[in-house]
Amino acid sequence: MDLNFTDSENTFRRECRAWLEANVPREPLPSGDTKEGFALHLQWEHKLFDAGWAAVSWPKQYGGREATLFEWLIFEEEYYRVGAPSRVTQNGIFLLAPTLFEFGTDEQKERILRPMARGDVAWGQAWSEPNAGSDLASLTSTARRVEGGWRLSGQKTWSTRAVFCDMAYGLFRTDPEQARHRGLTYLMFPLHAEGITVRGVDRLDGDEGFAEIFLEDVFVPDADIIGGVNQGWKVAMATTSSERGLSLRSPGRFMATAARLIDLYHRYRDRSDPVLRDEVIQTWMDAQVYRWFTFQTVTRMMQGESIGPDSSMNKVFWSEMDVRTHETALAIIGDALELDEGSDGAVDGGQWMKGFQFALAGPIYAGTNEIQRNIIAERVLGLPRK
Amino acid sequence: MRFAFTDDQKMLRDTVREVLQRECAPEVVRAAWEGRPEGVRAVWDTLADTGVIGMTASEDAGGMAMSELDLVLPLEETGYAALPGPIVDTVAVGIPFLEAAGTDAQKERWLGPAVAGEARIVVSFEEQAVVAHAASADALIVQRGGAAFCVPVVEASVSPEQSVDRARELCRVAFEAGAQYRMRDDVDTAALFALGRERAALGTAAQLIGLSRRMLDMAVQYAKDREQFGKPIGAQQAIKHRLANALIEQEFARPTVYRAGWSMATSARDAGIDVSLAKIYAGQAARFVAKEALQVHGAIGYTIECDLHMWMKRAWALAAAHGDAAYHRERVGRHIL
Ligand SMILES: Cc1cc2nc3c(=O)[nH]c(=O)nc-3n(C[C@H](O)[C@H](O)[C@H](O)COP(=O)(O)OP(=O)(O)OC[C@H]3O[C@@H](n4cnc5c(N)ncnc54)[C@H](O)[C@@H]3O)c2cc1C
Repeated sequence: MDLNFTDSENTFRRECRAWLEANVPREPLPSGDTKEGFALHLQWEHKLFDAGWAAVSWPKQYGGREATLFEWLIFEEEYYRVGAPSRVTQNGIFLLAPTLFEFGTDEQKERILRPMARGDVAWGQAWSEPNAGSDLASLTSTARRVEGGWRLSGQKTWSTRAVFCDMAYGLFRTDPEQARHRGLTYLMFPLHAEGITVRGVDRLDGDEGFAEIFLEDVFVPDADIIGGVNQGWKVAMATTSSERGLSLRSPGRFMATAARLIDLYHRYRDRSDPVLRDEVIQTWMDAQVYRWFTFQTVTRMMQGESIGPDSSMNKVFWSEMDVRTHETALAIIGDALELDEGSDGAVDGGQWMKGFQFALAGPIYAGTNEIQRNIIAERVLGLPRK
Repeated sequence: MRFAFTDDQKMLRDTVREVLQRECAPEVVRAAWEGRPEGVRAVWDTLADTGVIGMTASEDAGGMAMSELDLVLPLEETGYAALPGPIVDTVAVGIPFLEAAGTDAQKERWLGPAVAGEARIVVSFEEQAVVAHAASADALIVQRGGAAFCVPVVEASVSPEQSVDRARELCRVAFEAGAQYRMRDDVDTAALFALGRERAALGTAAQLIGLSRRMLDMAVQYAKDREQFGKPIGAQQAIKHRLANALIEQEFARPTVYRAGWSMATSARDAGIDVSLAKIYAGQAARFVAKEALQVHGAIGYTIECDLHMWMKRAWALAAAHGDAAYHRERVGRHIL
């Protein structure tokens, strides 16, 4: 065990920090879940990619730096420490890319990864359907075989930022004779093609962050299948752990939030009672604990272990920690919490209420925490399914 | 950065695990509860034979000069088995203290026997009103008025108190603080006691992780075996989610303990803060797992006949020993706020 960073890890951190401090926009960008905010975030993504920071752990040929997982975690710590913009490329870089690295063809990787990481092509995740949320395998969208490809029909929903995106990926039923997990295929499709209607849906926090996607005979070539016809479930499940686990929510984000909370506490400490003080301490400790848990996990990964259902523990921990943290912040702010973004008296520009609302989504997206607990009980503890 | 134990460290853990599995079954813990500590004595002897009891002593003293990090996994196993007795006190605190601050005569008398498993050492810190395991110890290292004394138990007055965990013999200790007991005055014993407190808290945290793991194992097994409504209770989602929550608490506490072991072993900056995190999270997890495990067991868990209670009571006692959550949280608070 050596819990010091190595010299090269420290060098890497200094490099990240120097570049980020010199380049991160001084004024925070407007929310990436709005049209103008999204466009500004993409400009930031271009800059990040051109300097080689968009996907540090990727191979060089796709614009990465071949950083180790620990270096990636360091990058994330530095990224959130300086308050850099949220990553609107996330559903591409952190969710689709791992799938492509595992199941994609060379042609697909060549064609898709660089534009994805640069934000030239923005990707949305189109997994959920109106009647297939937690029970994803009950999905009913179909892909019909035609000359040279497939015709997609059906409806997807809750697709984050898809109103602003160019492409999406999801599962389609390619074999109507087969039920549930069988007969599904993982496909990528354009969001501006004929037969597609994308309708924005306002989220709890007021941003147009969701979209419904209606597909009517949308053509997709064979080249846009990932992992083979009727292999979709296996492909989707192999990478769900990226979503639950560290790639979506690395510790750096929560360490930065804890630091901001401590700053808030100091500014309002005359209003804070001992209970709040304890909660602030708890937040800081939870972020530390998540960090050490992650370092332990990453060491296992670097030794070649696969993490599998253990990633469900991450998901429950980070999502519930994030809610508690924001609840503490709102308790410190007191009745000023209702002053929304744009109001004069809003504390820190209203970001805590906004962050609180988004934190509340954490236990829902990326597989609800009930589903994660089922997975932990059945697949880690070995309790009977029925 | 590499957050994993070495093969040697894991081998030592496996050795301890095997010894305890063989020799420290729940009946042995139960016997200690009922005032029959012979079985526990025998386990102590075996652990001494494997070198575990003397592991923190220097090689000159017949030990293995092992660090706090090396201690963590073996101590976790002693928690898993709910091994009664002053193993944290003797191995993590007492032996290193004696070696650092004992006079030649004190070392002559106690160090060799302690390493060989023939003498147990218990440390009594200034602030402790009651001391666990003093009655069955052989030597006491006592902090009084800021000074350090090494007192043979036979020359002290030790009056028993009753712990909720009957296998923890609690005692009040009194003795004539004479010069013959003084430890070396050319070493900074205050600093050694401070270090001893950290080691005691760390060792206790390691045991708490082990206690959690055992209680969770018991509860998971019970949930698979016990049937109601024609199926195992573990097939019910309410039970599943309780056990999943218990696992999460436990697994997030675990790296905090390992981290604290590393920080102490390397004298890392803020090692004390890391120990506080370890103690808080390990204590919190053990108390949480205890509660969930009891609920999963139903009424049988609410009996003295069911083994679970011995683990729960140890967990309650240890979660509060060597600094409870409030104490350690305050220390963290002073550090960060
Ligand atoms: C902010 C946000 C962003 C999202 N982004 C995307 C995206 O980009 N792309 C995408 O495809 N989807 C996205 N989603 C959708 C998300 O994946 C789903 O919300 C999620 O899978 C749950 O499905 P559902 O909403 O239909 O809830 P349901 O499945 O209907 O669940 C409702 C409630 O019932 C519980 N429940 C359901 N089944 C069980 C069970 N077996 N045991 C116990 N409890 C159960 C759930 O836990 C939940 O509490 C997003 C959601 C949010 C909130």
